[in-house]
Amino acid sequence: MGKTIISLNNVQKNFGNQPVLKEANFNVQQGEIVGLIGPSGAGKSTIIKIVLGMEKANEGQALVFNTQMPNRELLNNIGYMAQADALYDVLTGYENLYFFAQMNGIKKAVIKNEIQHVSQVVELTEHLAKKVSGYSGGMKRRLSLAIALLGEPDLLILDEPTVGIDPGLKRKIWRELYHIKEAGRTILVTTHAMDEAELTDRVVLLLDGKIIADKSPKELEDAYQVDSIEAVFLKAEGEQ
Amino acid sequence: MRILAISKRVLKELLRDKRTLALIFIAPLVVLALLSYVFNVNTTNNATVGTVGVERVVRTTLDDNNHVSVKTYKNDTTAKKALTDEKVDAIIENKAGDLYVTYANTDVGKTNVTKAALQSALTKNKMTQLAKAVKTMQEKLPAGRQVIQSSMSSPTIHNSYNYGDGNSTFFDKMMPTMIGFFIFLFVFLISGMALLKERTLGTLDRLLATPVKRSDIVFAYLISYGIVAIVQTLLIVGFSVTLLHVEVAGSIWLVMLTTILIALVALSFGIFVSTFAKSEFQMMQFMPIVVIPQLFFSGLISLSAMGTWAQWLASILPLKYGASALNTVILKGGDFNNILGNLVALVVFIVILSVGNIIGLKRYRKV
Repeated sequence: MGKTIISLNNVQKNFGNQPVLKEANFNVQQGEIVGLIGPSGAGKSTIIKIVLGMEKANEGQALVFNTQMPNRELLNNIGYMAQADALYDVLTGYENLYFFAQMNGIKKAVIKNEIQHVSQVVELTEHLAKKVSGYSGGMKRRLSLAIALLGEPDLLILDEPTVGIDPGLKRKIWRELYHIKEAGRTILVTTHAMDEAELTDRVVLLLDGKIIADKSPKELEDAYQVDSIEAVFLKAEGEQ
Repeated sequence: MRILAISKRVLKELLRDKRTLALIFIAPLVVLALLSYVFNVNTTNNATVGTVGVERVVRTTLDDNNHVSVKTYKNDTTAKKALTDEKVDAIIENKAGDLYVTYANTDVGKTNVTKAALQSALTKNKMTQLAKAVKTMQEKLPAGRQVIQSSMSSPTIHNSYNYGDGNSTFFDKMMPTMIGFFIFLFVFLISGMALLKERTLGTLDRLLATPVKRSDIVFAYLISYGIVAIVQTLLIVGFSVTLLHVEVAGSIWLVMLTTILIALVALSFGIFVSTFAKSEFQMMQFMPIVVIPQLFFSGLISLSAMGTWAQWLASILPLKYGASALNTVILKGGDFNNILGNLVALVVFIVILSVGNIIGLKRYRKV
């Protein structure tokens, strides 16, 4: 424990003249589940893109596993679940998993076991032979999550992972996320669901490209003297 | 091998998309068949004819025809050279009173003009002779029958064709360019759409969130669409030869090689252009700007007749090289060395556009 996995130092990002991220500073330690919350347009996706190396910070430094991002090789140790279900519709669930396993450089001998494991976690095993075009919205989310879990990456970046997933499965997924955390792996998750934010170790609250709070859910509730993250969120937005 | 995994995936997606498959494989055949039907009508043209040892009177009558100009050559060697150099469209040789006509026949319109002009020149000639004969007949009535007999005999015309035969039509001349154009058009559209779809649905972003190299993606697309192009070429060329009766004078393998290169240029072009489009509809909007002009300047209409600016424009359009190579192989039976320059030009386009595409993907991932 105690190893820093993600470290953003004074990161600034502009699109054109429009600053979308201002002096962002935060760290994620190994084995932590950190929640990134904020209204849409606050800069959550920008932070994720900088951590993945898809965008480059205009100023400041973004380190992942102590390596300056962008870095292509590092990506095989990062599992990413995008906000939009980026799946190949005409391929089956299995083929999608197999393809991304290949892309992540997972050895052929273990691909089958990996697919079996991750599809069990998201309860998709019996639907793997179906084409994704026949999946429901929730099934697509689950498949995207399964793809992110492939290869047991040390860092998971999940962009709105549980939208459209029923409460029972949501609980099961969170149980799996805790397993991952206990195995010493790290999770950065963005969410709109406040009940989920309360399940994280630490909440980073983003508003208009600025980090306005970086505390545990409990500390945050105390600081704002309310009893839920949702209330913190509303209060913070009101103060702006 | 990530490249192979991606190209396998692209092919799999394509094979399961029946409508796109039909567009890429069946549509060109339908359009070519229609073209073949529509253009089996011959058009008016001007032709230059070389003559060897042909009577002066025939030459003059030929030259009087508005559509034909006549050049006289001393022997058949120089005349044949002129024919290969495309200085003349046909040569007429007089051998022991018979006329032997050789048509370049790369332009069927010109062949037909020459044929008609020669025919009418001979008829006119006959009429003059007939008139003379009638005059003499009146003078020497008893021998009249004989005279008429001899003056009525006009020379027999023996036709031969450098390319094709007397049944060649305007379509045959267009065919090589059209094959090139349709391969270009459909591969351009479908590959551009494919990458655009990957982009708008987010799979490209997702793909780039894995350690895949940007070049892997571009090469994988080249491989998969290269395979598509091979199948498409086999279909189009096979269909044209067997059902549309188009003759390939040169090697069919050179035709394949050229069309595959055309397909790869189209693919790189499609991917390149798709980065400037935000939707499928915008991709379609590039068609009249990027694809259609290539047809105009592909040599279907003689480039040498156009202004320098047009020739300059044509030289930066890849289809010109592809069409020129196809014309050389299919119509003139050219060999590898004849089309080498054109093939090199196509490869240069592929390399430049591919490098551009690999760099262009930096928009989606900075490394």
